[in-house]
Amino acid sequence: MESILIAILKAIIFILLFLTFSAVLTYVERRISAFIQDRLGPNRVGPFGLFQPIADVVKIIFKEEIIPANADRTLHTLAPIISLFVAYSVFAVLPIGEKLVIDGKEIKLVLADVNVGFLYILALSSLGVYGVTLSGWSSNNKYSLLGALRASAQMISYELSLGLSLVGVVLVSGSIQIDEIIRSQANVWNIFYQPVGFIIFLVSVFAETNRLPFDLPEAEPELVAGYHTEYSGMKFGAFYLAEYTNIITASLLVTAFFLGGWYFPFVDIYSGLNPNLSAILQVIVFFGKASLIIFLFMLVRWTLPRFRYDQLMRLGWQVLLPLALLNVLVTGLVKILL
Amino acid sequence: MTQTKIDGRAKTREIKRKANLNLLERLYLPEIFKGLSITFRQIFKPKFTFEYPDVKWQPPASFRGRPVLVVDDETGVERCVACGLCARVCPALAIEVVADETELDKERYPKKFEINMLRCIYCGLCEEVCPEEAIVMSKEYELVFTSREEAIFGKDKLLTPASKLKDRLEFLRKMR
Repeated sequence: MESILIAILKAIIFILLFLTFSAVLTYVERRISAFIQDRLGPNRVGPFGLFQPIADVVKIIFKEEIIPANADRTLHTLAPIISLFVAYSVFAVLPIGEKLVIDGKEIKLVLADVNVGFLYILALSSLGVYGVTLSGWSSNNKYSLLGALRASAQMISYELSLGLSLVGVVLVSGSIQIDEIIRSQANVWNIFYQPVGFIIFLVSVFAETNRLPFDLPEAEPELVAGYHTEYSGMKFGAFYLAEYTNIITASLLVTAFFLGGWYFPFVDIYSGLNPNLSAILQVIVFFGKASLIIFLFMLVRWTLPRFRYDQLMRLGWQVLLPLALLNVLVTGLVKILL
Repeated sequence: MTQTKIDGRAKTREIKRKANLNLLERLYLPEIFKGLSITFRQIFKPKFTFEYPDVKWQPPASFRGRPVLVVDDETGVERCVACGLCARVCPALAIEVVADETELDKERYPKKFEINMLRCIYCGLCEEVCPEEAIVMSKEYELVFTSREEAIFGKDKLLTPASKLKDRLEFLRKMR
Protein backbone atom coordinates (compact mmCIF):
# COMPACT_ATOMS: atom_id res chain seq x y z
CA MET A 1 0.00 0.00 0.00
CA GLU A 2 2.69 2.38 1.05
CA SER A 3 4.79 1.57 -2.00
CA ILE A 4 1.86 2.37 -4.30
CA LEU A 5 1.38 5.68 -2.53
CA ILE A 6 5.06 6.50 -2.98
CA ALA A 7 4.88 5.50 -6.66
CA ILE A 8 1.88 7.78 -7.25
CA LEU A 9 3.56 10.63 -5.41
CA LYS A 10 6.74 10.13 -7.44
CA ALA A 11 4.75 10.09 -10.68
CA ILE A 12 3.03 13.36 -9.81
CA ILE A 13 6.32 15.01 -8.87
CA PHE A 14 8.00 13.77 -12.05
CA ILE A 15 5.21 14.99 -14.29
CA LEU A 16 5.11 18.36 -12.55
CA LEU A 17 8.88 18.62 -12.86
CA PHE A 18 8.80 17.93 -16.58
CA LEU A 19 5.78 20.19 -17.14
CA THR A 20 7.48 23.08 -15.37
CA PHE A 21 10.72 22.45 -17.18
CA SER A 22 9.06 22.43 -20.60
CA ALA A 23 7.09 25.56 -19.74
CA VAL A 24 10.29 27.33 -18.74
CA LEU A 25 11.90 25.95 -21.87
CA THR A 26 9.34 27.61 -24.17
CA TYR A 27 10.19 30.93 -22.52
CA VAL A 28 13.94 30.37 -22.63
CA GLU A 29 13.84 29.25 -26.24
CA ARG A 30 11.91 32.32 -27.33
CA ARG A 31 14.21 34.58 -25.35
CA ILE A 32 17.43 33.04 -26.69
CA SER A 33 16.09 32.95 -30.23
CA ALA A 34 15.35 36.65 -29.90
CA PHE A 35 18.81 37.41 -28.51
CA ILE A 36 20.44 35.57 -31.40
CA GLN A 37 18.42 37.74 -33.79
CA ASP A 38 19.32 40.98 -31.95
CA ARG A 39 15.80 41.22 -30.52
CA LEU A 40 14.58 41.22 -26.93
CA GLY A 41 11.87 38.54 -27.00
CA PRO A 42 8.95 38.28 -24.58
CA ASN A 43 9.68 40.59 -21.64
CA ARG A 44 6.34 42.21 -20.79
CA VAL A 45 4.57 39.61 -18.61
CA GLY A 46 6.02 39.74 -15.12
CA PRO A 47 9.70 40.40 -14.33
CA PHE A 48 11.78 39.77 -17.49
CA GLY A 49 8.66 38.22 -19.02
CA LEU A 50 9.03 35.20 -16.77
CA PHE A 51 5.27 34.66 -16.54
CA GLN A 52 4.96 34.39 -20.32
CA PRO A 53 4.49 30.57 -20.22
CA ILE A 54 1.57 30.98 -17.81
CA ALA A 55 -0.02 33.54 -20.11
CA ASP A 56 0.54 31.21 -23.04
CA VAL A 57 -1.10 28.28 -21.28
CA VAL A 58 -4.12 30.36 -20.24
CA LYS A 59 -4.46 31.65 -23.79
CA ILE A 60 -4.15 28.24 -25.42
CA ILE A 61 -6.75 26.69 -23.10
CA PHE A 62 -9.33 29.33 -23.96
CA LYS A 63 -8.73 29.15 -27.70
CA GLU A 64 -11.44 27.83 -29.96
CA GLU A 65 -10.92 24.29 -31.13
CA ILE A 66 -11.45 23.70 -34.82
CA ILE A 67 -11.80 20.28 -36.40
CA PRO A 68 -11.84 20.39 -40.22
CA ALA A 69 -15.12 19.34 -41.83
CA ASN A 70 -13.84 16.18 -43.51
CA ALA A 71 -11.40 15.17 -40.82
CA ASP A 72 -11.48 11.79 -39.15
CA ARG A 73 -12.67 13.04 -35.79
CA THR A 74 -11.58 10.05 -33.72
CA LEU A 75 -8.05 9.91 -35.05
CA HIS A 76 -7.82 13.69 -35.08
CA THR A 77 -8.46 13.70 -31.33
CA LEU A 78 -6.38 10.60 -30.67
CA ALA A 79 -3.20 11.81 -32.39
CA PRO A 80 -2.13 14.54 -29.91
CA ILE A 81 -3.00 12.18 -27.03
CA ILE A 82 -0.66 9.54 -28.45
CA SER A 83 2.11 12.09 -28.94
CA LEU A 84 1.81 13.39 -25.41
CA PHE A 85 1.40 9.91 -23.92
CA VAL A 86 4.56 8.64 -25.59
CA ALA A 87 6.53 11.74 -24.67
CA TYR A 88 5.55 11.33 -21.03
CA SER A 89 6.04 7.57 -20.94
CA VAL A 90 9.66 7.72 -22.08
CA PHE A 91 10.99 9.40 -18.98
CA ALA A 92 9.37 6.83 -16.71
CA VAL A 93 12.48 4.66 -16.81
CA LEU A 94 14.91 7.56 -16.67
CA PRO A 95 16.72 7.80 -13.33
CA ILE A 96 17.39 11.44 -12.46
CA GLY A 97 19.40 10.66 -9.34
CA GLU A 98 20.36 7.72 -7.17
CA LYS A 99 18.15 7.49 -4.09
CA LEU A 100 16.58 9.38 -1.24
CA VAL A 101 16.59 7.90 2.25
CA ILE A 102 13.53 8.83 4.29
CA ASP A 103 12.86 7.09 7.64
CA GLY A 104 15.44 4.46 6.78
CA LYS A 105 13.60 3.64 3.56
CA GLU A 106 15.29 3.92 0.23
CA ILE A 107 13.37 5.69 -2.51
CA LYS A 108 14.93 5.38 -5.94
CA LEU A 109 14.71 8.51 -8.04
CA VAL A 110 13.17 6.70 -10.99
CA LEU A 111 9.53 6.02 -11.75
CA ALA A 112 9.89 2.46 -13.02
CA ASP A 113 13.15 0.67 -12.24
CA VAL A 114 13.07 -1.55 -15.32
CA ASN A 115 16.13 -3.64 -16.09
CA VAL A 116 15.65 -3.20 -19.84
CA GLY A 117 15.17 0.57 -19.63
CA PHE A 118 17.35 1.08 -22.65
CA LEU A 119 15.14 -1.10 -24.87
CA TYR A 120 11.98 0.44 -23.42
CA ILE A 121 13.15 3.92 -24.39
CA LEU A 122 14.02 2.88 -27.93
CA ALA A 123 10.70 1.08 -28.35
CA LEU A 124 8.56 3.93 -27.02
CA SER A 125 10.36 6.75 -28.81
CA SER A 126 9.62 5.06 -32.12
CA LEU A 127 5.95 4.87 -31.11
CA GLY A 128 5.90 8.66 -31.06
CA VAL A 129 5.75 8.72 -34.84
CA TYR A 130 2.20 7.30 -34.66
CA GLY A 131 0.91 10.54 -33.20
CA VAL A 132 2.49 12.52 -36.00
CA THR A 133 1.40 10.15 -38.76
CA LEU A 134 -2.18 9.86 -37.51
CA SER A 135 -2.50 13.62 -37.15
CA GLY A 136 -1.37 14.08 -40.75
CA TRP A 137 -3.66 11.37 -42.03
CA SER A 138 -6.77 12.41 -40.11
CA SER A 139 -6.54 16.14 -40.86
CA ASN A 140 -7.58 15.66 -44.52
CA ASN A 141 -5.06 18.28 -45.56
CA LYS A 142 -2.32 17.77 -48.12
CA TYR A 143 0.27 19.70 -46.09
CA SER A 144 -0.47 17.70 -42.96
CA LEU A 145 -0.22 14.46 -44.91
CA LEU A 146 3.09 15.47 -46.50
CA GLY A 147 4.46 16.42 -43.11
CA ALA A 148 3.33 13.13 -41.64
CA LEU A 149 4.87 11.15 -44.50
CA ARG A 150 8.15 12.93 -44.04
CA ALA A 151 8.03 12.41 -40.30
CA SER A 152 7.51 8.68 -40.60
CA ALA A 153 10.21 8.24 -43.24
CA GLN A 154 12.63 10.36 -41.23
CA MET A 155 11.95 8.62 -37.92
CA ILE A 156 12.36 5.14 -39.42
CA SER A 157 15.64 6.15 -41.05
CA TYR A 158 17.15 7.67 -37.95
CA GLU A 159 15.78 5.14 -35.49
CA LEU A 160 18.30 2.62 -36.81
CA SER A 161 21.40 4.73 -36.31
CA LEU A 162 20.01 5.91 -32.97
CA GLY A 163 19.75 2.36 -31.71
CA LEU A 164 23.05 1.24 -33.22
CA SER A 165 24.98 4.15 -31.77
CA LEU A 166 23.76 3.10 -28.35
CA VAL A 167 24.97 -0.48 -28.87
CA GLY A 168 28.50 0.87 -28.53
CA VAL A 169 27.56 2.43 -25.20
CA VAL A 170 26.04 -0.82 -24.01
CA LEU A 171 29.19 -2.69 -25.01
CA VAL A 172 31.40 -0.25 -23.12
CA SER A 173 29.22 -0.07 -20.01
CA GLY A 174 28.22 -3.74 -20.00
CA SER A 175 24.60 -3.15 -19.05
CA ILE A 176 21.29 -2.09 -20.57
CA GLN A 177 20.02 -0.71 -17.29
CA ILE A 178 20.23 3.06 -17.48
CA ASP A 179 21.39 3.71 -13.93
CA GLU A 180 24.07 1.02 -14.39
CA ILE A 181 25.21 2.77 -17.58
CA ILE A 182 25.44 6.04 -15.67
CA ARG A 183 27.29 4.45 -12.76
CA SER A 184 29.83 2.90 -15.14
CA GLN A 185 30.79 6.45 -16.16
CA ALA A 186 31.82 7.55 -12.68
CA ASN A 187 35.45 7.90 -13.72
CA VAL A 188 35.51 8.26 -17.49
CA TRP A 189 32.53 9.42 -19.49
CA ASN A 190 31.36 7.37 -22.43
CA ILE A 191 31.94 10.25 -24.83
CA PHE A 192 35.68 9.57 -24.55
CA TYR A 193 35.20 5.87 -25.40
CA GLN A 194 32.52 6.52 -27.99
CA PRO A 195 33.10 9.89 -29.72
CA VAL A 196 31.69 8.66 -33.02
CA GLY A 197 28.73 7.08 -31.28
CA PHE A 198 28.11 10.38 -29.49
CA ILE A 199 27.98 12.35 -32.72
CA ILE A 200 25.72 9.79 -34.41
CA PHE A 201 23.42 9.73 -31.39
CA LEU A 202 23.28 13.52 -31.22
CA VAL A 203 22.44 13.88 -34.91
CA SER A 204 19.82 11.13 -34.70
CA VAL A 205 18.29 12.76 -31.65
CA PHE A 206 17.93 16.00 -33.58
CA ALA A 207 16.09 14.05 -36.26
CA GLU A 208 13.97 12.15 -33.75
CA THR A 209 12.79 15.29 -32.01
CA ASN A 210 12.04 17.02 -35.34
CA ARG A 211 14.34 19.91 -34.53
CA LEU A 212 16.18 21.99 -37.08
CA PRO A 213 18.07 21.11 -39.27
CA PHE A 214 15.77 18.08 -39.52
CA ASP A 215 12.38 19.72 -38.96
CA LEU A 216 11.01 18.60 -42.31
CA PRO A 217 7.70 17.40 -40.82
CA GLU A 218 7.00 21.01 -39.86
CA ALA A 219 8.97 22.90 -42.50
CA GLU A 220 6.92 26.08 -42.24
CA PRO A 221 8.04 27.65 -45.56
CA GLU A 222 6.80 24.64 -47.53
CA LEU A 223 4.15 22.90 -45.44
CA VAL A 224 2.44 25.72 -43.50
CA ALA A 225 2.97 23.94 -40.18
CA GLY A 226 3.27 20.35 -41.35
CA TYR A 227 1.43 17.68 -39.44
CA HIS A 228 -0.18 20.07 -36.93
CA THR A 229 -1.52 22.53 -39.53
CA GLU A 230 -5.13 21.66 -38.73
CA TYR A 231 -4.76 21.71 -34.97
CA SER A 232 -5.78 24.51 -32.64
CA GLY A 233 -6.38 25.12 -28.99
CA MET A 234 -5.17 22.63 -26.44
CA LYS A 235 -4.69 19.88 -29.05
CA PHE A 236 -2.04 22.00 -30.67
CA GLY A 237 -0.78 22.67 -27.17
CA ALA A 238 -0.46 18.92 -26.63
CA PHE A 239 1.77 18.59 -29.70
CA TYR A 240 3.81 21.54 -28.57
CA LEU A 241 4.18 20.13 -25.08
CA ALA A 242 5.11 16.71 -26.49
CA GLU A 243 7.78 18.31 -28.65
CA TYR A 244 9.37 20.11 -25.72
CA THR A 245 9.09 17.09 -23.44
CA ASN A 246 10.84 15.08 -26.15
CA ILE A 247 13.63 17.63 -26.27
CA ILE A 248 14.11 17.43 -22.51
CA THR A 249 14.05 13.62 -22.50
CA ALA A 250 16.41 13.53 -25.45
CA SER A 251 18.95 15.79 -23.82
CA LEU A 252 18.66 13.86 -20.56
CA LEU A 253 19.34 10.69 -22.54
CA VAL A 254 22.38 12.21 -24.24
CA THR A 255 23.64 13.16 -20.79
CA ALA A 256 22.89 9.75 -19.32
CA PHE A 257 24.45 7.72 -22.12
CA PHE A 258 27.47 9.82 -23.01
CA LEU A 259 28.08 12.67 -20.60
CA GLY A 260 28.26 10.81 -17.32
CA GLY A 261 24.69 11.39 -16.13
CA TRP A 262 24.75 12.92 -12.67
CA TYR A 263 28.52 12.77 -12.18
CA PHE A 264 30.21 16.12 -11.84
CA PRO A 265 33.10 16.49 -14.30
CA PHE A 266 36.55 15.47 -12.95
CA VAL A 267 35.74 15.60 -9.22
CA ASP A 268 33.81 13.21 -7.08
CA ILE A 269 31.49 15.46 -5.08
CA TYR A 270 29.14 12.78 -3.80
CA SER A 271 31.41 10.60 -1.64
CA GLY A 272 30.87 11.06 2.07
CA LEU A 273 27.81 13.24 1.61
CA ASN A 274 24.44 12.67 3.22
CA PRO A 275 22.54 10.50 0.64
CA ASN A 276 19.62 12.94 0.50
CA LEU A 277 21.85 15.92 -0.12
CA SER A 278 23.83 14.05 -2.74
CA ALA A 279 20.59 12.96 -4.45
CA ILE A 280 19.48 16.58 -4.74
CA LEU A 281 22.90 17.57 -6.05
CA GLN A 282 22.72 14.74 -8.56
CA VAL A 283 19.39 15.95 -9.89
CA ILE A 284 20.78 19.47 -10.23
CA VAL A 285 23.94 18.32 -12.00
CA PHE A 286 21.97 16.00 -14.29
CA PHE A 287 19.51 18.68 -15.32
CA GLY A 288 22.30 21.24 -15.59
CA LYS A 289 24.14 19.12 -18.12
CA ALA A 290 20.89 18.45 -19.98
CA SER A 291 20.22 22.21 -20.08
CA LEU A 292 23.55 22.72 -21.83
CA ILE A 293 22.51 20.15 -24.44
CA ILE A 294 19.19 21.97 -24.84
CA PHE A 295 21.11 25.20 -25.34
CA LEU A 296 23.05 23.40 -28.07
CA PHE A 297 19.70 22.45 -29.62
CA MET A 298 18.78 26.14 -29.75
CA LEU A 299 22.14 27.25 -31.14
CA VAL A 300 21.91 24.64 -33.88
CA ARG A 301 18.38 25.79 -34.65
CA TRP A 302 19.61 29.27 -35.52
CA THR A 303 22.81 28.15 -37.24
CA LEU A 304 21.97 25.40 -39.71
CA PRO A 305 19.45 25.63 -42.54
CA ARG A 306 16.91 22.87 -43.08
CA PHE A 307 18.05 19.79 -44.98
CA ARG A 308 16.40 18.85 -48.24
CA TYR A 309 14.45 15.58 -48.12
CA ASP A 310 16.95 13.65 -50.25
CA GLN A 311 19.90 15.07 -48.29
CA LEU A 312 18.24 13.96 -45.09
CA MET A 313 17.77 10.44 -46.41
CA ARG A 314 21.31 10.29 -47.77
CA LEU A 315 22.77 11.42 -44.46
CA GLY A 316 20.70 8.88 -42.58
CA TRP A 317 21.23 5.82 -44.75
CA GLN A 318 24.57 6.40 -46.42
CA VAL A 319 26.55 8.16 -43.72
CA LEU A 320 25.14 7.61 -40.25
CA LEU A 321 24.03 3.99 -40.61
CA PRO A 322 27.35 2.61 -42.01
CA LEU A 323 29.24 4.73 -39.51
CA ALA A 324 27.15 3.35 -36.66
CA LEU A 325 27.68 -0.22 -37.86
CA LEU A 326 31.42 0.39 -38.14
CA ASN A 327 31.40 1.87 -34.67
CA VAL A 328 29.72 -1.24 -33.25
CA LEU A 329 32.23 -3.46 -35.06
CA VAL A 330 35.27 -1.53 -33.84
CA THR A 331 33.95 -1.31 -30.30
CA GLY A 332 33.26 -5.04 -30.29
CA LEU A 333 36.71 -5.88 -31.63
CA VAL A 334 38.44 -3.65 -29.11
CA LYS A 335 36.35 -5.14 -26.33
CA ILE A 336 37.36 -8.67 -27.34
CA LEU A 337 41.03 -7.95 -27.96
CA LEU A 338 41.68 -5.91 -24.81
CA MET B 1 37.02 34.51 -63.35
CA THR B 2 33.50 35.48 -64.15
CA GLN B 3 32.22 34.71 -67.58
CA THR B 4 29.46 36.78 -69.10
CA LYS B 5 27.48 35.87 -72.14
CA ILE B 6 24.62 37.69 -73.77
CA ASP B 7 21.79 35.53 -74.94
CA GLY B 8 19.60 38.38 -76.05
CA ARG B 9 17.60 38.73 -72.86
CA ALA B 10 19.78 38.80 -69.82
CA LYS B 11 23.38 38.44 -68.87
CA THR B 12 24.04 35.23 -67.02
CA ARG B 13 26.97 35.01 -64.73
CA GLU B 14 28.59 31.69 -64.11
CA ILE B 15 28.91 30.92 -60.41
CA LYS B 16 32.27 29.54 -59.39
CA ARG B 17 32.09 27.03 -56.58
CA LYS B 18 35.06 25.85 -54.60
CA ALA B 19 35.11 22.26 -55.77
CA ASN B 20 37.95 20.68 -53.87
CA LEU B 21 37.06 20.79 -50.22
CA ASN B 22 39.71 19.42 -47.94
CA LEU B 23 39.01 16.59 -45.55
CA LEU B 24 38.10 18.78 -42.59
CA GLU B 25 35.63 20.75 -44.66
CA ARG B 26 34.08 17.58 -46.03
CA LEU B 27 33.64 16.19 -42.54
CA TYR B 28 31.22 19.10 -42.06
CA LEU B 29 31.52 19.13 -38.28
CA PRO B 30 34.32 21.73 -37.85
CA GLU B 31 32.38 24.07 -40.11
CA ILE B 32 29.28 23.54 -38.00
CA PHE B 33 31.24 24.47 -34.89
CA LYS B 34 32.44 27.64 -36.60
CA GLY B 35 28.83 28.49 -37.36
CA LEU B 36 27.73 27.70 -33.82
CA SER B 37 30.38 30.00 -32.38
CA ILE B 38 29.16 32.83 -34.61
CA THR B 39 25.59 32.22 -33.46
CA PHE B 40 26.75 32.14 -29.84
CA ARG B 41 28.60 35.44 -30.13
CA GLN B 42 25.48 36.99 -31.63
CA ILE B 43 23.64 36.53 -28.33
CA PHE B 44 25.71 39.23 -26.64
CA LYS B 45 25.43 41.83 -29.40
CA PRO B 46 23.41 44.98 -28.68
CA LYS B 47 19.71 44.71 -29.43
CA PHE B 48 17.85 46.90 -31.90
CA THR B 49 14.43 46.69 -30.30
CA PHE B 50 12.55 49.86 -29.29
CA GLU B 51 10.25 48.98 -26.39
CA TYR B 52 7.65 51.07 -28.14
CA PRO B 53 5.08 52.42 -25.73
CA ASP B 54 7.85 53.09 -23.19
CA VAL B 55 10.52 54.29 -25.58
CA LYS B 56 9.32 56.28 -28.55
CA TRP B 57 11.13 56.79 -31.78
CA GLN B 58 12.21 60.40 -32.32
CA PRO B 59 11.85 61.07 -36.03
CA PRO B 60 14.39 63.22 -37.89
CA ALA B 61 13.40 66.56 -39.44
CA SER B 62 12.88 64.92 -42.82
CA PHE B 63 10.10 62.72 -41.40
CA ARG B 64 6.61 63.25 -42.84
CA GLY B 65 4.07 62.81 -40.05
CA ARG B 66 0.57 64.22 -40.02
CA PRO B 67 0.21 67.61 -41.77
CA VAL B 68 -0.51 70.58 -39.48
CA LEU B 69 -1.23 74.29 -39.89
CA VAL B 70 1.48 76.65 -38.66
CA VAL B 71 0.48 79.39 -36.19
CA ASP B 72 2.88 82.34 -35.96
CA ASP B 73 4.29 82.77 -32.48
CA GLU B 74 4.14 86.60 -32.37
CA THR B 75 0.66 87.18 -33.76
CA GLY B 76 -1.01 83.96 -32.71
CA VAL B 77 -2.73 83.75 -36.09
CA GLU B 78 -2.40 80.92 -38.59
CA ARG B 79 -0.27 81.67 -41.64
CA CYS B 80 -2.78 80.13 -44.04
CA VAL B 81 -4.40 82.55 -46.53
CA ALA B 82 -6.88 79.97 -47.81
CA CYS B 83 -5.60 80.03 -51.39
CA GLY B 84 -6.72 76.44 -51.76
CA LEU B 85 -3.57 75.22 -53.53
CA CYS B 86 -3.09 72.40 -51.06
CA ALA B 87 -6.63 71.18 -51.60
CA ARG B 88 -6.04 71.44 -55.35
CA VAL B 89 -2.76 69.49 -55.34
CA CYS B 90 -3.78 66.82 -52.85
CA PRO B 91 -3.74 63.52 -54.79
CA ALA B 92 -5.99 61.83 -52.27
CA LEU B 93 -8.50 64.70 -52.10
CA ALA B 94 -8.11 64.77 -48.35
CA ILE B 95 -8.13 68.54 -47.80
CA GLU B 96 -11.13 70.84 -47.76
CA VAL B 97 -10.68 74.61 -47.41
CA VAL B 98 -13.40 77.22 -47.10
CA ALA B 99 -12.04 80.79 -47.33
CA ASP B 100 -13.36 83.96 -45.71
CA GLU B 101 -12.25 87.60 -45.48
CA THR B 102 -10.53 89.10 -42.48
CA GLU B 103 -9.50 92.56 -41.18
CA LEU B 104 -5.88 91.38 -40.79
CA ASP B 105 -3.08 92.23 -43.25
CA LYS B 106 -3.39 88.87 -45.02
CA GLU B 107 -7.03 89.72 -45.91
CA ARG B 108 -8.07 86.07 -46.29
CA TYR B 109 -8.19 83.24 -43.78
CA PRO B 110 -9.58 79.70 -43.79
CA LYS B 111 -12.97 79.66 -42.13
CA LYS B 112 -12.90 75.90 -42.36
CA PHE B 113 -9.81 73.75 -42.88
CA GLU B 114 -10.32 70.01 -42.73
CA ILE B 115 -8.00 67.11 -43.48
CA ASN B 116 -9.49 63.67 -43.68
CA MET B 117 -6.78 61.54 -42.08
CA LEU B 118 -8.27 58.37 -43.54
CA ARG B 119 -7.54 59.76 -46.99
CA CYS B 120 -4.21 61.47 -46.33
CA ILE B 121 -1.26 59.55 -47.77
CA TYR B 122 1.46 61.68 -46.14
CA CYS B 123 2.99 62.59 -49.51
CA GLY B 124 3.76 66.14 -48.40
CA LEU B 125 2.63 67.76 -51.65
CA CYS B 126 0.46 70.24 -49.74
CA GLU B 127 3.53 71.37 -47.84
CA GLU B 128 5.56 71.64 -51.03
CA VAL B 129 2.97 73.69 -52.89
CA CYS B 130 2.11 76.10 -50.04
CA PRO B 131 3.31 79.64 -50.85
CA GLU B 132 3.03 80.80 -47.22
CA GLU B 133 4.78 77.83 -45.55
CA ALA B 134 1.53 77.51 -43.67
CA ILE B 135 0.98 73.77 -43.85
CA VAL B 136 3.89 71.49 -42.89
CA MET B 137 4.38 67.85 -42.02
CA SER B 138 4.81 67.34 -38.29
CA LYS B 139 6.66 64.53 -36.51
CA GLU B 140 3.49 63.03 -35.15
CA TYR B 141 2.94 59.42 -36.20
CA GLU B 142 0.53 58.12 -33.58
CA LEU B 143 -2.92 58.59 -35.04
CA VAL B 144 -5.84 56.83 -33.42
CA PHE B 145 -9.52 57.24 -34.09
CA THR B 146 -12.53 55.06 -33.46
CA SER B 147 -14.93 56.41 -36.12
CA ARG B 148 -14.82 57.92 -39.58
CA GLU B 149 -16.09 61.26 -38.25
CA GLU B 150 -13.27 61.41 -35.74
CA ALA B 151 -10.75 60.94 -38.54
CA ILE B 152 -11.60 64.31 -40.07
CA PHE B 153 -9.28 66.76 -38.37
CA GLY B 154 -10.55 70.33 -38.20
CA LYS B 155 -8.70 73.54 -37.33
CA ASP B 156 -8.84 72.71 -33.63
CA LYS B 157 -6.50 69.77 -34.15
CA LEU B 158 -4.44 71.17 -37.01
CA LEU B 159 -3.30 74.52 -35.58
CA THR B 160 0.20 74.17 -34.13
CA PRO B 161 2.53 76.95 -32.92
CA ALA B 162 5.58 77.49 -35.14
CA SER B 163 7.92 77.00 -32.17
CA LYS B 164 6.91 73.36 -32.05
CA LEU B 165 7.69 72.89 -35.74
CA LYS B 166 11.09 74.59 -35.75
CA ASP B 167 12.91 71.44 -36.92
CA ARG B 168 10.73 70.99 -39.96
CA LEU B 169 10.66 74.67 -40.92
CA GLU B 170 14.45 74.84 -40.81
CA PHE B 171 14.69 71.65 -42.81
CA LEU B 172 12.36 73.05 -45.47
CA ARG B 173 14.33 76.28 -45.74
CA LYS B 174 17.56 74.29 -46.13
CA MET B 175 16.22 71.98 -48.78
CA ARG B 176 14.50 74.60 -50.95
